[in-house]
Amino acid sequence: MTTALPDGLIVVAKADCPTCRLVEPLLAEMAQGGPLTVYVQDSVDYAADLSGSLYDKTLEHSYRLGIEFVPTLIRVENGQEIERTYGWHKEDWRQLSGVAELGEALPVMRPGCGSKTLEPGIAEELELAFGDIQLQSREIDIAGADDPMEACYERGWSDGLPVVPPTPVRVLRMLKGTERKPDEVVGLMPPDLVPCTVEKVAVNAVLAGCKPEYMPVLLAALEASLTDEFGLHGLICTTMFGSPMIIVNGPAAKAIGMNSGVNALGQGNRANATIGRALQLIIRNVGGGRPGEIDRSTLGNPGKYSFCFAEAEDSDWLPLAQERGVEAGRSAVTIFPGEGVQGIVDQKSRDPESLARSFALSLRTVDHAKLAMAGDAVLVVSPEHARVFIDAGWSKQRLREELEQLLMAPGAQLVAGADGIAEGIPARFQDQQVPKFRPGGLLIVRAGGTAGLFSAIIAGWAASGPVGSSPVTREVNT
Amino acid sequence: MNDSILLDPTAEQAPAQRSRLARPASLEGKLVGLLDISKPRGNVFLDRIEEQLAAMGIEVKRYNKPTFTRVAPTELKQQMAAEVDLLVEGLAD
Repeated sequence: MTTALPDGLIVVAKADCPTCRLVEPLLAEMAQGGPLTVYVQDSVDYAADLSGSLYDKTLEHSYRLGIEFVPTLIRVENGQEIERTYGWHKEDWRQLSGVAELGEALPVMRPGCGSKTLEPGIAEELELAFGDIQLQSREIDIAGADDPMEACYERGWSDGLPVVPPTPVRVLRMLKGTERKPDEVVGLMPPDLVPCTVEKVAVNAVLAGCKPEYMPVLLAALEASLTDEFGLHGLICTTMFGSPMIIVNGPAAKAIGMNSGVNALGQGNRANATIGRALQLIIRNVGGGRPGEIDRSTLGNPGKYSFCFAEAEDSDWLPLAQERGVEAGRSAVTIFPGEGVQGIVDQKSRDPESLARSFALSLRTVDHAKLAMAGDAVLVVSPEHARVFIDAGWSKQRLREELEQLLMAPGAQLVAGADGIAEGIPARFQDQQVPKFRPGGLLIVRAGGTAGLFSAIIAGWAASGPVGSSPVTREVNT
Repeated sequence: MNDSILLDPTAEQAPAQRSRLARPASLEGKLVGLLDISKPRGNVFLDRIEEQLAAMGIEVKRYNKPTFTRVAPTELKQQMAAEVDLLVEGLAD
């Protein structure tokens, strides 16, 4: 179709719009003054006796004219739009049409109706058909399949749970959640090291059940995962438990309705569940990281379906992202090679010293009570436990420093063979005091419901730090 | 919404058309299942196949569907998948 507009007047109308019907008798009079094109969105039964009347069945004309309401009256000169009005406004119509006495018997003003181009589900179809967007992903025709969900399973796109079939319309809607271009490459996706475009992220976000507004958080999590420090390739391939876990800070978490409260590490919140899942599906589908193939995990962990939550930020404790250099008021994700959740039940400690000792004792079991400086850990402190520290004036930093002290241990107790256990750290540590975690290897976040003197440990990958994976924080952009 | 077109979420390194399982290079050492779907004279066809396979020294296991008018019971499908490497069935009389 040529993009040049027909000179003269253009009216876009719907037969079932009362205001369009109101102006219908005026069209013949307007046509006498010069060329008039009438595009009718819903029927051939409108201004049918006018030679310039055209049923805009595909809505292509309406779409290209950017019609939001009907009737819309447009004046075109030399192929260029000069002016438009919508609804019936007697003065505007007279001025645009140049017919001084137009609609004398009609009321001064009547509002119109919404354009058919903007009806739910239609706008995206039109954009795909006539818009500038060019989706690059291969189209898979599943017309022969009796169930699109089963077709997705059969193609191996699922993590074992049902996925949302990624139709072009759903993918287009998902792409509206970010300002980034569909063909922009976010990075090379391990293990196959394939360029992962924003469009592929969107297709997998559809599969996972994300809303478009989750895209910025998902993209930030993916970018963080693809940094050299995080070392996603090795994490995917490891025989150990870990997999990317996402912690979200800042206003974005609230804006998209993430859960940081009751059952924060569990099920039931769409954003938590689907953002974590989308990242896993990208690893599976784009990167090719599938269990039994490159993913060699001996046992895995349930977080490999999805592991994503928000910190319950609190004015007394510095949020994780700010501790890691992100400005207050900004949103960020921190990605961590998380294993499963190990609870700490301490319902008796009422002073920070006792509770810190309690935490430290439990933290010793990360990887193995006799291993040290291997895996990092995230300590998730519940609000009731956090209050014990906050009421005593302990900042997060103070808690971390106290834990680091409490977690020093005589090497003699940890070396291989000590306590009749072959596992342990190398003999050269025999005469040293040994820290449990490498420097910076203990992260602390506040999350959970307001009732319950329970906290949790999420152990990291035993190959933490430069040798394997370090936690990475990235700001959430658009 | 047109639900018959899906956009490929993968890196598109495999063909769009799902490929069949590769044919085994040889039947040697393989256990071959013969499924009689209970159509008349299906047994004649399968008996002959069994004779030929036996002559080649290939082990055979026989199965029967209760009726050709219904898909095989899940239990039978699982049993066959667990027990044999290949399956031959006679489809028509």
